Amino acid sequence: MKKVFRIENIDCANCAAKLERRILKVDGVIKASVNFIAQRLTLEAEDERFDKVLEEVTKTAKKTEPDCIISLR
Amino acid sequence: MKNRLTLKQIKTLIRILVSLAAFIAVFAADKAVGLAGVFQGTNAWLFPFALYLAIYVVIGYDVLWRAARNILHGQIFDENFLMCFATLGAFALAIYRGVTGMEIEGFDEACAVLLFYQVGEFFQDYATCRSRRSISGLMDLRPDYANVLRDGVAVKTAPEEVAVGDIIVINPGEKVPLDGIAEEGETSFDTKALTGESLPRYVKSGDPVISGSVNIDSRITVRVEKEFYDSTVSRILDLVENAASEKSKAENFITKFAKYYTPAVVAIALLLAVIPGAVTGEWSVWVYRALSFLVVSCPCALVISIPLSFFAGIGAASRYGILIKGSNYLERFNNAGIFVFDKTGTLTKGNFALAKVETVSGVSEREILCLAATAESGSSHPIARSVLEAYGKEAKTGYTHTNRAGSGVIASKDGDVIACGNEKLMEECGIPFTPCSGVGTPVYVAENGIYKGYLLILDEVKPESREVITELKRMGAKSFMLTGDNHAIAANVAAETGIDGYTASLLPGDKVAKVEEMLQNKPEKEALCFVGDGINDAPVLMRSDIGIAMGGVGSDAAIEAADIVLMHDDLKGIPLARRIAKKTMSVVYQNIIFSVVVKLAILILSAVGLANMWVAVFGDVGVAVMAILNAMRVNGKYATR
Repeated sequence: MKKVFRIENIDCANCAAKLERRILKVDGVIKASVNFIAQRLTLEAEDERFDKVLEEVTKTAKKTEPDCIISLR
Repeated sequence: MKNRLTLKQIKTLIRILVSLAAFIAVFAADKAVGLAGVFQGTNAWLFPFALYLAIYVVIGYDVLWRAARNILHGQIFDENFLMCFATLGAFALAIYRGVTGMEIEGFDEACAVLLFYQVGEFFQDYATCRSRRSISGLMDLRPDYANVLRDGVAVKTAPEEVAVGDIIVINPGEKVPLDGIAEEGETSFDTKALTGESLPRYVKSGDPVISGSVNIDSRITVRVEKEFYDSTVSRILDLVENAASEKSKAENFITKFAKYYTPAVVAIALLLAVIPGAVTGEWSVWVYRALSFLVVSCPCALVISIPLSFFAGIGAASRYGILIKGSNYLERFNNAGIFVFDKTGTLTKGNFALAKVETVSGVSEREILCLAATAESGSSHPIARSVLEAYGKEAKTGYTHTNRAGSGVIASKDGDVIACGNEKLMEECGIPFTPCSGVGTPVYVAENGIYKGYLLILDEVKPESREVITELKRMGAKSFMLTGDNHAIAANVAAETGIDGYTASLLPGDKVAKVEEMLQNKPEKEALCFVGDGINDAPVLMRSDIGIAMGGVGSDAAIEAADIVLMHDDLKGIPLARRIAKKTMSVVYQNIIFSVVVKLAILILSAVGLANMWVAVFGDVGVAVMAILNAMRVNGKYATR
């Protein structure tokens, strides 16, 4: 399943790239892309445990970029 | 409205200005009278130190805070941390000089580095924000509400809640929220935001109304045909918002570069501090040079300017009604070497007109037209529609239609069989016929195996076709045409447009095979673009390197299958998109080379002691600002020619 989220309050483009690399390492994530300028997080994860993966991704994001907010559009 | 700062930005700006003013005052006083000389004694350095430290804290408390927080999360190569480390290190060096009784200096530097770092950050933030807004101009298309007629009263409703079949009212000045058909009233619609077309579109009862256009003249009621999520405006917004997820090679290169750049610079800085320091014993000199390294260790300028350029390119294109589905397509489009055009509806208008009717003796024109119209009545093919239009009356009903792909149609009812199509169909059915010699598409008509005559149908070449082909040639790209029509028509269109080559008499399935073949024979570096109107050519659009669909408004299949969508039916969008791609890519390369060269130059100069920390921070912020300004150039105006 692929979903697009809005991701706000990321400091810089490099931070976004860093965040993307970390999210990609989260178990269950198939594809992830963080676009700093468009403020979009595109997440593709296994269907059955999408919510679980999203939870983990959000946690990772908070750790990497404590100010960031992930929300459904 | 457009360039207004956010509250956060205003706060930061005030902080920067106050700190800058304080810094200049202290700095000037320091240079003029020497603040270290104000007080006597060994602790005289404390006075300038305290002043500079105060400014340092005002300008940099947030950086310090983020650095501390990120360390707790185990991120050592964090830019905040590195910046703090560099500046605090510079302070430490200056204190060391003060304590050991050397000449007092260095406090101003630490302060200035952080100050200019903040200036750079502010500028980046501002530029990103601006470009975000400029592209989201397209987001203004999103309708906020729909006026649904309930028992004769217009009720404001969320567009998502409107059902197919509902009647909505659109007042002058309002946006059309959902696709539909005009019911009552007539008006003009502004579709500029949607298609880039500046001429208003006149709509009367029975005409389709496309969501995202703005009513200019007068009140009109519209019967909703599609739900909000299927309506044009939602689909386009979806597409633009998701355009961001496909990344180009240049972007991937730069993020990869950034990944190794920071750790490498930090490692070299460490070596630079320790090894020559230990060898020469001049610790403060080498530690200082190492600290200057850390000032340029943040790759942000590079990382931001590349996607910003692409974003600006996609944004600029969207203002001309050209939707590009991702920066990778923009990058690839710059290398477009072969343009393959579908003929009908792309190079030609696709509005076939009956040019001539030829009958065998004893058959009247009306008779043959009636037969043809009856046979073609089940088809939506443009030729069929033109036949029906020429007939102008209701065709006979009750026939069973059998479509023969690429040759025609056979209609039968109670033993009456009408064959209507090209020469292939006649040959298949074994009907002797007189081949037509004129230019155009002949439609041969036979009833019960007896040849009756033919209709000659002609398609007009679009006025801009020739100009566009010529311009593509000037850009060094080859052009090619694929068509299902016969050689005579193809040769005629090829001559009129000046296209380099063509293949005629192709069945729909052959087009994919032909494109496959061309894909194999083209040079690896060049991209093959297929241009079609999105009707029947979705497989080819998908198979080619870059699929370009024309007349995207209203055609769902085209929007889905293509990589680049021309919202209105104008071929001139192709060379325009190509120019935008070219400019974007040249800015991207300029930025990559420029930033990398300047950064390396600063590193080398600091390593050998030719550049101090001032130069490092000015260079670093300067590169960022210039790269961003350069990226913004892409979002300019382009001649539509």
